[in-house]
Amino acid sequence: MSDKPKGSTQTLTPSEASPHRQPSEKELAWEKNTLQPALKKSPERNYDFTTTSGHPIRRLYTEADLTDWDSGRDLGMPGVPPYTRGIHPTMYRTRLWTMRQFAGFGAAEDTNARFRYLLSQGQTGLSTAFDLPTLMGYDSDHPLSEGEVGKCGVAISSLADMEVLFDKIPLGNVTTSMTINSPAAVIWAMYLAVAEKQGADWKKISGTLQNDILKEYIAQKEYIYPPEPSMRLVIDTFEFGVKNTPKFNTISISGYHIREAGSTAIQELAFTLRDGLEYVEWGMRRGLEVDQFVPQLSFFFNAHNDFFEEIAKYRAARRIWHKAMVERYKSKNPRSWALRFHTQTAGCSLTAQQPYNNVVRTALQALAAVMGGTQSLHTNSLDEAWALPTEFAATIALRTQQIIAHETGVTNTVDPLGGSYFVETLTNEVERGAWDYIEKIDAMGGMVAAIERGYPQREIAEASYRYQVAVDKKEKIIVGVNDFVSDEKPLEILQIDETVAHRQAERLRKLRAERSQAEVDRRLSALRSAAKGTENLMPFIFDAVKSYATLGEICDAMRDVFGTYEEVAIT
Amino acid sequence: MPEKKIRVLIAKPGLDGHDRGAKVIARALRDAGMEVIYTGLRQTPEMIASAAVQEDVDVIGLSILSGAHNTICPQLMNLLREKGMSDVTVLVGGIIPEADISGLKKSGIAEIFLPGTSTQDIVDFIHKLVPRA
Repeated sequence: MSDKPKGSTQTLTPSEASPHRQPSEKELAWEKNTLQPALKKSPERNYDFTTTSGHPIRRLYTEADLTDWDSGRDLGMPGVPPYTRGIHPTMYRTRLWTMRQFAGFGAAEDTNARFRYLLSQGQTGLSTAFDLPTLMGYDSDHPLSEGEVGKCGVAISSLADMEVLFDKIPLGNVTTSMTINSPAAVIWAMYLAVAEKQGADWKKISGTLQNDILKEYIAQKEYIYPPEPSMRLVIDTFEFGVKNTPKFNTISISGYHIREAGSTAIQELAFTLRDGLEYVEWGMRRGLEVDQFVPQLSFFFNAHNDFFEEIAKYRAARRIWHKAMVERYKSKNPRSWALRFHTQTAGCSLTAQQPYNNVVRTALQALAAVMGGTQSLHTNSLDEAWALPTEFAATIALRTQQIIAHETGVTNTVDPLGGSYFVETLTNEVERGAWDYIEKIDAMGGMVAAIERGYPQREIAEASYRYQVAVDKKEKIIVGVNDFVSDEKPLEILQIDETVAHRQAERLRKLRAERSQAEVDRRLSALRSAAKGTENLMPFIFDAVKSYATLGEICDAMRDVFGTYEEVAIT
Repeated sequence: MPEKKIRVLIAKPGLDGHDRGAKVIARALRDAGMEVIYTGLRQTPEMIASAAVQEDVDVIGLSILSGAHNTICPQLMNLLREKGMSDVTVLVGGIIPEADISGLKKSGIAEIFLPGTSTQDIVDFIHKLVPRA
């Protein structure tokens, strides 16, 4: 039996709960003649009617909630401003979202095999998870890498590893996403070098580099250098991308990790879009034309448990981005106005208890992402509260997307929830909440300044603690965790081959013995001097990569010049 | 005489930066009346052992999500023994496969808390194990 959560009974009528509403005569009559007698007879459950983020939700939404709402202005048509209904006029009727499962573990050959398996199962794009040493710019044989090689993703220490990772995968035909941030420029240079070797045309290859350093300072904390030089590297990739790889998304501005760190939906939206504006401003300061580089910026959001709140978030995101591009930056190119995004279901919502329930959670979250108009999607595997997914679990996750795409019918029409009193009201409220945050951060002097004073970090820590307290008090129920608990058998989980670190160390030893050390030294020293100046560093990094200088060596050359960053921890 | 507060070091070893759990636990233990020191990110076992000595803590709470627990925990336990800190209670929270739990306990870890643990359970566990002067 379920214990009753301790919330407040909501007995207010819709018109009492929101004094700004102007309910119709018909609604007032319904309240008096139907609602009040019904409540008297059977009161509502003793339950806290709020979203996962704690946003209050009313009993009923009617046209009275949308008195200031103009369907022409606020909803519009799909494929045109303000893009509330989606960025394409036909959405999934023309092309389904890209099913892009994040994968990476062990050494390059292990992940290459998983990639080829996923492609053979109907996956339509690749997405690479790197291990922690790679994410932090250390080679697999660095002392700090001990115990971490190949664990959270694939170990990539040099171009030689990257060649193995994409062996027999034609980069001219497949789009690849790479989740890498601080060393993004280096990993991207390795990818471009592999593409070049395969004979793929840089002008035609497509994919996404995560490259979002701001959310690292805010949430995920995988930073190397201080904000200023880190931002320079990001803008270097923008500039390089405009000239050389016009179809590649040079950044994926990510709310995913902000949400995983415990933010609310509104905070995720606000901090992510304010990060986006920060990148636009830094790009413009470099002298780039807004409408030249902004079409290559993409976004990445979380899909958490609260179905309608998530959908409202995606719809509000498109509206905010369009407004900011047109009003703040005077953009003239519709390709800069349309916010394109990837979605991943919420890892933090998965439970270690009764793990098969995670398939259901993931399916519902994925459905929200699709109803919200995502361009690509990763669905988590049921075993991810325990370990990286097994092939069995990863296949169910992919099948979940295929079932949504081909069996549920939700792809038949564009923005199926458009015009719903509730969804439109929630979209308005989420948008308003996000603008409040964005304006607060503007007043602080922008996102870098806000990060330096710990503002977003503190807001997220507060929200995350509030949520934990609500769960501990059972105000929020998590099935199998704080209610409906039962015993179960342990899952079979993926074991990472413990020889990876040894194999990697051996490979690095051989690489260093076989390459021309003089050439490596020359190119690293050229990179070091360029880092001291203001030139774009991408060509120097590319040169270093091609001489088989390692990731650690290249990142160290920049550490020498830029220094490293330590945060002041906020608890 | 007021009770001496239980002193806890919350540490985040390894390269991982996902600190949500560490921060929530730090705050929950503080709200439960304990003295909490948070090390910040990317602490080596040496740094954690030294901080434990310096701060004279009763409890060390390690947050590990990256899969590096089998490397980090035994190293830390050896260092604590060398420094004469064997009586400190070491707890681990995070993503730990069930198959690894008995090995970690054998190395001297007092308890492993998996995802979904309520903060009250951790508070209760510490109160049961650590006598207050």
